[in-house]
Amino acid sequence: MSAAYHSHPALQLAASSTTEHRPLIITLFAVFVAATLGITVWAGRQTRSASDFYAGGRQFTAFQNGLAVSGDYMSAASFLGIAGAIALFGYDGFLYSIGFLVAWLVALLLVAEPLRNSGRYTMGDVLAYRMRQRPVRTASGVSTIVVSIFYLLAQMAGAGVLVSLLLGITSDAGKILIVALVGVLMIVYVTIGGMKGTTWVQMVKAVLLIAGALLMTFLVLLKFDFNISDLLGTAAAKSGHGAAFLEPGLKYGATGTSKLDFLSLGIALVLGTAGLPHILIRFYTVPTAKAARKSVNWAIGIIGAFYLMTIALGFGAAALIGPAEIKAKNPAGNAAAPQLAEYLGGVGTTGGAVLLAVISAVAFATILAVVAGLTLASSSSFAHDIYANVIRKGKATEKEEMRAARWATVLIGAVAIVLGAFARDMNVAGLVALAFAVAASANLPTILYSLFWKRFTTQGALWSIYGGLASSVILVLFSPVVSGNPKTSMFKGVDFAWFPLENPGLISIPLGFLLGWVGSLLSKEEPDKGKYAELEVKSLTGVGAH
Amino acid sequence: MATDAPPPPEASTDIRPAQPTTEAFTAVQESAEFGELRRSYRSFAFPLTIAFVLWYLLYVLLSNYAGGFMGTKVYSNINVAFVLGLAQFVTTFLIAWFYSRHAAAKLDPKAEAIKSRMEADA
Repeated sequence: MSAAYHSHPALQLAASSTTEHRPLIITLFAVFVAATLGITVWAGRQTRSASDFYAGGRQFTAFQNGLAVSGDYMSAASFLGIAGAIALFGYDGFLYSIGFLVAWLVALLLVAEPLRNSGRYTMGDVLAYRMRQRPVRTASGVSTIVVSIFYLLAQMAGAGVLVSLLLGITSDAGKILIVALVGVLMIVYVTIGGMKGTTWVQMVKAVLLIAGALLMTFLVLLKFDFNISDLLGTAAAKSGHGAAFLEPGLKYGATGTSKLDFLSLGIALVLGTAGLPHILIRFYTVPTAKAARKSVNWAIGIIGAFYLMTIALGFGAAALIGPAEIKAKNPAGNAAAPQLAEYLGGVGTTGGAVLLAVISAVAFATILAVVAGLTLASSSSFAHDIYANVIRKGKATEKEEMRAARWATVLIGAVAIVLGAFARDMNVAGLVALAFAVAASANLPTILYSLFWKRFTTQGALWSIYGGLASSVILVLFSPVVSGNPKTSMFKGVDFAWFPLENPGLISIPLGFLLGWVGSLLSKEEPDKGKYAELEVKSLTGVGAH
Repeated sequence: MATDAPPPPEASTDIRPAQPTTEAFTAVQESAEFGELRRSYRSFAFPLTIAFVLWYLLYVLLSNYAGGFMGTKVYSNINVAFVLGLAQFVTTFLIAWFYSRHAAAKLDPKAEAIKSRMEADA
């Protein structure tokens, strides 16, 4: 990669201008980090009880939470990954945007309000409500941590790309140092600021990201006199694929297998969102179910607007930069959005350097905010589900529980740093899609059965969570994502792949639902009717909600 | 920074109203009033969910297996695929609005009535 980097004159120019303006870029990064650390310390002073730490005191308004949900959801995958996927594969990249948005209807119609009404701090509160507490909470904690780590991996990959692009750091040691810095920051945000600090960081980030995307969209459209057809036509011509660039099939249409992969991805995207623990716990930060509904509506509006702008960003990068230069910087296309920013400002000029620095700082903010949300979700689940309710059998004090959460944060941060070093050249949108598949297979079936099916049992919940989790993770492990593809696999040069699809959802999601159903039918245990009455009445009315 | 956030309560413990007994929950669950709330929610949310999932799957399947149709030009460089993709955005916004309107008109008053009565009794 470094050879290609130096051989291309335009990139050399870009690199030299980047080097020249490096102090500016570092200053912007530092300003954002300082501001968010300030927020964190301020929030930390107000974080006294477990309810503050896990749920931000449940005092946020629907609009604030809608912004924070958007900030939690629009990750490096949305910004860097989708822009890159559209820039390289045209229309097929756009499917991510559509799937990521439509998925919110599952959360709105079926999950957000019942969850807010019947849970307290974690996804496990709802999953274990009617069941034997210890086994189901353990399963829920394991699944939360696995999903969050998959998702973290994607964010870390994005952080590595950004920094090598911006600071010209190409050595492995340098990149790993940056990934470690991100990890340390997220540990600080979460241990000190808890949910309050994380929520404010996510709100600030959402505003920055929308503003950055609006600015770039405006500048792209300006270049084409606001003629979208002209933008698409130029992108198609420059891509080298012609009209096919604007049609589905460029990435996934080659063979019957790749078409199945597309279907698998589509299903995982639409069913995954409502099973993502870091999204679900956001609904506990508002006072009522009605406020949870309103925050989802705000989120749908904000996220929808952002994904519409990915059309301009992705096709704009294809039309103005072209695939060769995008691939030269990052083979998976993750650098397309920052490259576009530099172009829009003027390559080699101060304007270009400033816009590149601003957009990169926005992307960096995006990564930090999502990473903090993921870490909070997994450490909360460890402390509340596994430590307090399983290990200490409900006898831990609030103080002990919060201390466990903070230690878990440190541990998860360390794991993410180590894994992040391996995932640099994978498209971050693809990595996030895997997290969605795991969430849709392991979590969504149990959430829906728990809330709506009175015959659901502990055995059904365990089969569904562990079955969905194991099948999706094992299929990924033996897929081309991990080995077998010399260009994009996590481990290059080895091939132990036997599962042909990159996304396991097509198999593992139906399996998760099936196992929950069969496990319940084959169970000797009678479902607890009284507990179901409690859960059903609470979930629809909010009686006795925290 | 936090000017628009409500001030945190002095002692921010997890305030929770009195909890009704399991018998009370079971009685409400079997009541006609709750049955109506459940029906009003499920008969709206479930079919709508199935509908938007099918509409989305149709879009994914068309992308996969009807390339020629999706590539048909509608206007200049805008093709059917592009229009259907944007249609997914539009339907998502509409369904969110439609559900929220139903919930505010039909579900919230019923839920609120049951909640306040149960919490008063407990």
